[in-house]
Amino acid sequence: MKDKSLVVSIAPYIKAKDSTKKIMWLVSLSLIPAGAAGAFIFGIYSLYVIAASVLSAVITEAAILAVRKKEIAISDGSAVLTGLLLAYNLPPEVPLWLPVVGSFFAIAVAKQLFGGLGHNIFNPALAGRAFLMLSWPIYMTTWKNPRWLPDAVTSATPLALFKNTELDLLKGVSYQDLFLGNRGGSIGEVCIIALLIGAAYLFYKKYLTWHIPLSYISTVAVLSWIFNGRNGLFSGDALFFILTGGLVLGAFFMATDYVTSPLSPRGKIVFGLGCGFLTFIIRRFAGYPEGVSYAILMMNAAVPVIDKYTFPKWFGWEKKT
Amino acid sequence: MLIKTFPGGVHPPEFKELTADKPIKKAPLPKRVAIPLIQHTGAPAGPKVKIGDYVKTGEPIAETKALITSTIHASISGTVKAIAMFPHPVIGECEAILIEGDDRDIAYAEPRPRSNVSSLSPDEMREIIRQAGIVGLGGAAFPTHVKLSPPKDKIIDTVLLNGAECEPYLNCDYRLMIEKPAEILKGLKVIMDILNVKKAYIAVEDNKKRAADSLKAALANYETLRSAYEVRITILKTKYPQGSEKQVIKGILKKEVPSLKLPFEIGCVVSNVGTAYAIYEAVYFNKPLYERVITVSGAGVAEPQNLLVRIGTLISDLIDSCGSLAGDVGKVIVGGPMMGIAQYTFDVPVIKGTGGVVVLPRREIDESEESVCIRCGKCIEACPMGLVPTTLMYRVKKERFYEAKELGIMDCFECGACAYVCPAKIPLLDYMKLGKAKAGRR
Repeated sequence: MKDKSLVVSIAPYIKAKDSTKKIMWLVSLSLIPAGAAGAFIFGIYSLYVIAASVLSAVITEAAILAVRKKEIAISDGSAVLTGLLLAYNLPPEVPLWLPVVGSFFAIAVAKQLFGGLGHNIFNPALAGRAFLMLSWPIYMTTWKNPRWLPDAVTSATPLALFKNTELDLLKGVSYQDLFLGNRGGSIGEVCIIALLIGAAYLFYKKYLTWHIPLSYISTVAVLSWIFNGRNGLFSGDALFFILTGGLVLGAFFMATDYVTSPLSPRGKIVFGLGCGFLTFIIRRFAGYPEGVSYAILMMNAAVPVIDKYTFPKWFGWEKKT
Repeated sequence: MLIKTFPGGVHPPEFKELTADKPIKKAPLPKRVAIPLIQHTGAPAGPKVKIGDYVKTGEPIAETKALITSTIHASISGTVKAIAMFPHPVIGECEAILIEGDDRDIAYAEPRPRSNVSSLSPDEMREIIRQAGIVGLGGAAFPTHVKLSPPKDKIIDTVLLNGAECEPYLNCDYRLMIEKPAEILKGLKVIMDILNVKKAYIAVEDNKKRAADSLKAALANYETLRSAYEVRITILKTKYPQGSEKQVIKGILKKEVPSLKLPFEIGCVVSNVGTAYAIYEAVYFNKPLYERVITVSGAGVAEPQNLLVRIGTLISDLIDSCGSLAGDVGKVIVGGPMMGIAQYTFDVPVIKGTGGVVVLPRREIDESEESVCIRCGKCIEACPMGLVPTTLMYRVKKERFYEAKELGIMDCFECGACAYVCPAKIPLLDYMKLGKAKAGRR
């Protein structure tokens, strides 16, 4: 028997079938229902926004990886996912150069400047959105109603109504409308059912765990119920605040981004609680009607500290000498 | 009712069907053996023989006076050809006694049944086990007579017999439980009597129901053990690494052995079913440890089977008795595919702790490229010790070994579950082993 043919390496000699590439592409796949719903609700132009965002992200990543003399690993699907998520956070009628610039910022600054995949502190798509909000606030807050409604241009979103008036929140919009996406909002955030279908798939594949979505959404729900009602404390419409804005998109797909969220289960719960608290504060007291993006970005910054203080106690800890 | 298990773990494909229904067969008597002087945890044995000596099967040929060590016996009869450095499956190279067999298998002492087993004292039984050279056959090869002498201030109240056998491909314990259950129980009773313990559990994974049934039937027939002792055969969820002793204790007793400590700290002693069988043979028949059951498996070998193999048999000879190689070989693994050791030569001997030989063809070699950690957390979910492999990996990468130690790296028992599950294909176990070696030096 020829010894020379033997390959020597360290165990284990079998590996699970999953890969980073597979995970990224399957997450993108799970987001397709939400994007398709957005295009259906707001019109074909939304698809151009999505395409522009994704293309810009991929090209930016390829170019920068080449400059960094690294392997051009755009087939790992992470740039595509960033482009997709950025587009889902944009109003449906933005000029196409807007997502192009936004994706460039997301990939070049928020991701590659920090060291590339695995090393970024901030969620790149949300960083891109924040950059666009700062630079072009008019474009980023010019909403549109679903295409079958008569007033097809420049309408406020339900959350904006809450911020600016204090009228009956459900004026002209039912829970069903909110759930199905029959309202103004960003391309990927409005159709809750489509988002939940995608999230359910990720739960099934065990790419998502309950910790962040549950702690995030329930914190917003409880705080909104306590403080956001018209009839004093504990009269808030929790369901309204769960279904509006970018909370469902954010809680299931953005706050749960592996790279920018804590490692341990306890850390994830703390992270979700923090996101929920900040989202509520911004929605209630700050200048913007929606707080999901900034809440998550601020909590992203806290992740190293959260990781440090929620480092798990391991097997045999209690009787440690 | 939820089946007993431990937190963490992974589910690699089992591949046990290759040999699960193959009864244990005696491997052909080898023409030569290479018996390393280190086959156990502890001090190496010193040779008692010299070149040219004629030795008989079962004759003690190496021993030493150290506290934690094991006596080594000749596994065939023949002439000592050399005492020299020879390949070793775990430490690369080791001094070994090479015996050229005479094909006659003459016994040093004919195994004869001992009539007075029930009147043996714990010390007498321990001495028999020591002289028989029995070590833990589950893999760690800790000298059994030392394990059965826990510190005087630790009260032992429970014995756990480990039949979990969680490694893919391996079936040696499974077949032993099916074919020799009464003997295993007798060995268990010896262990319990030495430790003066009345309660025992036998751990079996739920993919080995036949073995559990076999043990239950044998227990039903073993009046003494059933009436005067409390022995329970406990089914555990099939999951890797359920066979690790700390995980067996966690699954069955729901207790955790304290960090960096041993099971006797919480009143337990864990032993492998193969060890119990060896104890039976030594105490009841005066037979020393010179052969053991091994599963030879994998798509790279033509006829996978379970064999009773003489210690020191070269793997090349072992593979020949399994129909030889099937096609292009890629890896020869001593042990299982999760924790085993890939060999650099076929001419390496089987030692006391060897439970299996897995031959993987070229096409089954994992050649995935390492990519960057995306903090998915799968390694954390997988780690049976609750560690954070990715954080430990980065500390080791940056050579911050002391920090890795603070974060628990010394509690890693190198099961490989983290590296198995990592989607970025990071060789996490490489980092754990390096980190443990460097951190342990301080």
